[in-house]
Amino acid sequence: MDTAELLARYEQMALIRRTEKAAHDLFLQGLVKGTTHLAAGHEAIAVGASAALRDDDYVFATYRGHHHAMARGATPEECLAELMQRATGLCRAKGGSMHLTKADAFMLGSYAIVGAHLPMAVGAAWSAKLRGTGQLAVAFFGDGATNIGAFHEALNLAAVWKLPVLFVCENNLYMEYTPIADVTAVARPAADRAPAYGIPGEVVDGNDVVSVQEAVARLAGRARAGDGPAVLEAETYRHFGHSRTDPATYRPAEEVERWLKHDPLDIARGRLVEAGVPEETVTAADERVQAVVRQAIDAAKNAPAPDPREAFTDVWADGGAAWRT
Amino acid sequence: MADVTEVRGAAARQISYRDAVAEGIAREMRRDPSVVCLGEDIGAAGGVFKTTVGLHKEFGPERVWDTPISEQAIVGAAMGAAMTGLRPVAEIMFSDFFACCWDYLANEIPKVRYMTGGQVTVPLVVRTANGGGLGFGAQHSQATENWALTVPGLKIAAPSTPADVIGMMAAAIRSDDPVVFFEHKGLLAGKGAPPEPDHVVELGRAAVVREGADVTLVALASMVPVALKAAERLAQEDIDVEVVDLRSLVPLDMATVLASLGRTSRLVVVEENPYQGGWGATVVSVVADEGFGLLDAPVRRVAGECVPLPFADVLEEQVIPTVDKVVAAVRSLAAY
Repeated sequence: MDTAELLARYEQMALIRRTEKAAHDLFLQGLVKGTTHLAAGHEAIAVGASAALRDDDYVFATYRGHHHAMARGATPEECLAELMQRATGLCRAKGGSMHLTKADAFMLGSYAIVGAHLPMAVGAAWSAKLRGTGQLAVAFFGDGATNIGAFHEALNLAAVWKLPVLFVCENNLYMEYTPIADVTAVARPAADRAPAYGIPGEVVDGNDVVSVQEAVARLAGRARAGDGPAVLEAETYRHFGHSRTDPATYRPAEEVERWLKHDPLDIARGRLVEAGVPEETVTAADERVQAVVRQAIDAAKNAPAPDPREAFTDVWADGGAAWRT
Repeated sequence: MADVTEVRGAAARQISYRDAVAEGIAREMRRDPSVVCLGEDIGAAGGVFKTTVGLHKEFGPERVWDTPISEQAIVGAAMGAAMTGLRPVAEIMFSDFFACCWDYLANEIPKVRYMTGGQVTVPLVVRTANGGGLGFGAQHSQATENWALTVPGLKIAAPSTPADVIGMMAAAIRSDDPVVFFEHKGLLAGKGAPPEPDHVVELGRAAVVREGADVTLVALASMVPVALKAAERLAQEDIDVEVVDLRSLVPLDMATVLASLGRTSRLVVVEENPYQGGWGATVVSVVADEGFGLLDAPVRRVAGECVPLPFADVLEEQVIPTVDKVVAAVRSLAAY
């Protein structure tokens, strides 16, 4: 990866980080309601994977999905407006933080039932195979999803139908508040299960955007060539608690400290400097990101609330909600 | 002798409800290459109820896919395929097994269009064998159409005749909205006239299958023939019964029900699902709300009893509505 590409990845990760910080701050100001599951710390997985994919590959994410929406092109303004219940939100304020979707960029949704979207990604890959488009489908999910039935049904079906689908686990060590190791029979909750379905299971440093991109590119190439699905387990760590109300006090201080030192942005910045990119070039990227997010916050704050009549649109494909005559 | 020949000819031209399912799917697969089928044993085996016989032979393994016993993967994959350009028809072998993939029917399929602000469309059909009367016991006999009715965002079809199976299958597969399609196990062997080519029965259109002036019977699926038999018996007592086949629960054709009540002023709802939470409660609540002035008597619901489905015939008959129960309910109203 050349330095221009790496700088672009860095800037995209910084944009996500800054937007997550904004989401956090806006919540504290009472401008974001409901809940959020921030992806600060997970940026390298979304950005690295996305860079390795075709623009028309399908992406399915979880309720911790802001980074995936943004990695596929959703703007900070669209995302923050959605969180702030504005008409200009990514889902017109009908989805919220847990359901960010950018279908016109083939990012087909964020799903808040753990593991539910893995079979959907299998179906999208099946569809791509039948239509002969060469597209791939990628499901991103947490370590907790590996203990749910849909994970196992999805892996098996993808394997027996030899579909172009990647299962990317963001293993941040905690299913919610409980360590994944305490509730899982194998050490690598995703990668160790893959061989049981006859498919490769790899582990990657999920905080190193270069490693993630290389691993996804390799597995994507394999899947696109007709060699079937693969599991990639990306080790990472969340900077915030599970959700808005979780201060994450259950995590040992030394563990938190160790992982915060292994930060995706720091790693990428270190690689850039090592490659001879001047500090000020990186700082300029930070400043661009700050300006974009500041403008996004203002725009979202000033955007209108949805028309109340929107509650009764989009149930059906005709745009309406009529259930009876 | 000429009469006999004619009757035989007519019988030969009839189609079973079971064959109508495969015929309905095949017609749509012929006209639209994006229609694909998936489910357990639906391929060369033709389905455990033989409702997909011939599809694998005609359309091949690229369009008719056998799956593992993985209800979540079947319906979840159908959803992913529907979001990306196909029109999948997924089979869940028994409607009881909806409980194994209920997340998709309750949380995913009906909500994704809405919660994405209309960004995605999910044109899929989930077919299933529904209902009792065949001695399959508590986990293979339930009428679960009321389960689907609890979730806004699903269309619900439950035809009672072979012609309606074909016509409603066409409408369901062509629909850009998700449709749950209930095929009644007790009706599979029944026969009826085959419909014309390109026969489409729009979802949300009830049918008045027998006209009458005294009492309206509203029924669905296997309860339609039960209602019709009850009407015949009641005719001998000079009680003139109108029978409405709802055909679909969403959209729910309350206009036809209320119009019928305008003629009869009396309502009995006949439903196989349990009284507790049954679809008849929704029909009756709309009538109470909007048609109270039309009524000359209380409404009655003849519904499944609120116990699990028992195995023995003599016990199952106690639980599922029978012609006798319907006759008694109508009689009590006619005398009111």
